[in-house]
Amino acid sequence: MARSEAFHILTANDLLAGDAVFLAEGGWSRDHRLARVARTPDEAKALEITGAAEKAARRIVDPYLVEVSIDANGLPVPVRYRERLRTLGPSVRLDLGKQAALRANSLL
Amino acid sequence: MYCYDEFDQQFVQDRVNQFRGQVERHLAGTLSEEEFRPLRLMNGLYLQLHAYMLRVAIPYGTLSARQMRALADIAETYDRGYGHFTTRQNIQYNWPRLYDVPDILQELAAVEMHAIQTSGNCIRNITADPFSGVAADEVEDPRPTAELLRQWSSLHPEFSFLPRKFKIAVTGCQDDRAAIAVHDIGLRIVRNEAGDIGYEIWAGGGQGRTPMIAKKLRAFVPKSALLAYLEAMMRVYNLYGRRDNKYKARIKILVHEIGIDEYARRVEKEFTALDPNSIAADAEEIARIEAYFAPPAYDRLPARSAALDNAKKSDPAFAAWVAVNVRAHKVPGYAIATVSLKPIGGVPGDATADQMRLLADIAERYGLDELRVTIEQNIVLPQVKQDDLYAVWKLLASAYLATTNAGLITDIVSCPGLDYCALATARSIPVAQAISRRFGDPERQREIGPLAIKISGCINACGHHHVGHIGILGLEKAGEESYQITLGGDPSENAALGERLGPGLTAEQTVDTIERLVEVYLANRLSGETFVAAYRRLGHDRFKEALHAVA
Repeated sequence: MARSEAFHILTANDLLAGDAVFLAEGGWSRDHRLARVARTPDEAKALEITGAAEKAARRIVDPYLVEVSIDANGLPVPVRYRERLRTLGPSVRLDLGKQAALRANSLL
Repeated sequence: MYCYDEFDQQFVQDRVNQFRGQVERHLAGTLSEEEFRPLRLMNGLYLQLHAYMLRVAIPYGTLSARQMRALADIAETYDRGYGHFTTRQNIQYNWPRLYDVPDILQELAAVEMHAIQTSGNCIRNITADPFSGVAADEVEDPRPTAELLRQWSSLHPEFSFLPRKFKIAVTGCQDDRAAIAVHDIGLRIVRNEAGDIGYEIWAGGGQGRTPMIAKKLRAFVPKSALLAYLEAMMRVYNLYGRRDNKYKARIKILVHEIGIDEYARRVEKEFTALDPNSIAADAEEIARIEAYFAPPAYDRLPARSAALDNAKKSDPAFAAWVAVNVRAHKVPGYAIATVSLKPIGGVPGDATADQMRLLADIAERYGLDELRVTIEQNIVLPQVKQDDLYAVWKLLASAYLATTNAGLITDIVSCPGLDYCALATARSIPVAQAISRRFGDPERQREIGPLAIKISGCINACGHHHVGHIGILGLEKAGEESYQITLGGDPSENAALGERLGPGLTAEQTVDTIERLVEVYLANRLSGETFVAAYRRLGHDRFKEALHAVA
């Protein structure tokens, strides 16, 4: 349930590949920084409704809201460590997961 | 080793075809997510933090070289070039894609493997002593029993929808390397006063959020009555086990709530009503299974190998590895070698495809084609000639597989934790790595002696922290990772649950506290006394000082 003052993004796993994905403008992205940010409970509810429809359409599995804060560049950052890890990959294998591509492009 | 007969092979092949069809129907939309989810779980396919995870069963932890090679090929072809050996003697792949999984299962079926019994509320993959068949003090090899139980329990129609998952472990020794006291059912093969072989039966053990040590249910069940007796045990649990609360649904809660005597009474009543002969396997089938586990053709060798003695004299690093990682074999001139998957600072239980292939090559060339996975997340070569140990060690060393730490403080058991697992509340691997680095000095480790550290990243306790001499439990406290230390746990024949040391610590404080605990032990131990023995003698409070020094 979305807290009224909190910001949220919607995450899920891609059905076929299993990767963690985030609902962006125009579809699902593997990059959480592109995620659509819900700034009100109504907007969060709208994300959840989209998630349920996407799950029924078998594009993704396990959609849920992730609480985020907005960083200095205006980009969403998950509040919980678990969710931050999910945007990166295993902390013990920096060559795997999303962080691998981010590092290759010097974004981390 | 067991070989599938035509029925086993057909059964596994049918399952692969069935799952391939289920994936296709799900993608086509005729099976919804709700319908598909339990079907994928029945085939070991979980959804984890970053991706899917496929858990492959390694029945009683036994593998041939050909099977190990297939696991390596799968890691390379369909995953990211490595696999993770688990505390239940299985292997997990962390990055499979849904559309590849039917092909992975097909490759497994080609080497008589599958992912059945690795998820769901059924009887899970049976585990056993990794030294089965080669331990000197063994009453009987537990693998024929474990294989019989695998066949009996695989898709058992009555026990496919139990209140909760169900774990059975088997040992043939007094020295318990299978942790039977923390399983739903633990079996120990024993000889009674008449000289007959049968089973000592333990029930109601388990870890997780409510850890319990199993209670002895029966001192002796004859071999011929095993399946009927287990059927009676399962029936009583299936009927009376709680289904109102999944956290109270394991058999340990039933045994705890009604008491072992009442549980025993109900089991005996059910057992008396059963016809054991209609449930027991045919003598012919049992003989067929046993024949596969007949001892291999050992060479007649002297008890002491001159080649081994010479190599130890000339190479102190090898001598140290033999002292720590090699154990006595029941046959003169042979040895049991533990291959540590715990390099200093590494990820406990992880092995690359190349490492798996090397292990397969070594097993084929020097180890009578046998490999075992241990609940401590290591690999055992159970059949090595002492004459060949030096050659084996050099090959292992070439692939970072010769760490001298079996049973020592850096042989740390760790679940995947929050780095991979969707259920985890904290990371466990980085804590294991930090402790490993802190105590990485080989001489210091040997000076400390046997000390089992076990780390779980949540209360489900896959890292077996309750039975660690030092246990570490990772939790989330106010959004941060927090670790609780327990002391005095023991998975062996002296089974005990660890006692909590104090409040939650940061990862750094945890490593510092362990160093203080080790100092308390070293300062107070008697000659030859292990950490856990000293803990029992000195008492919990003596070790609490260590916490105050850090926190």
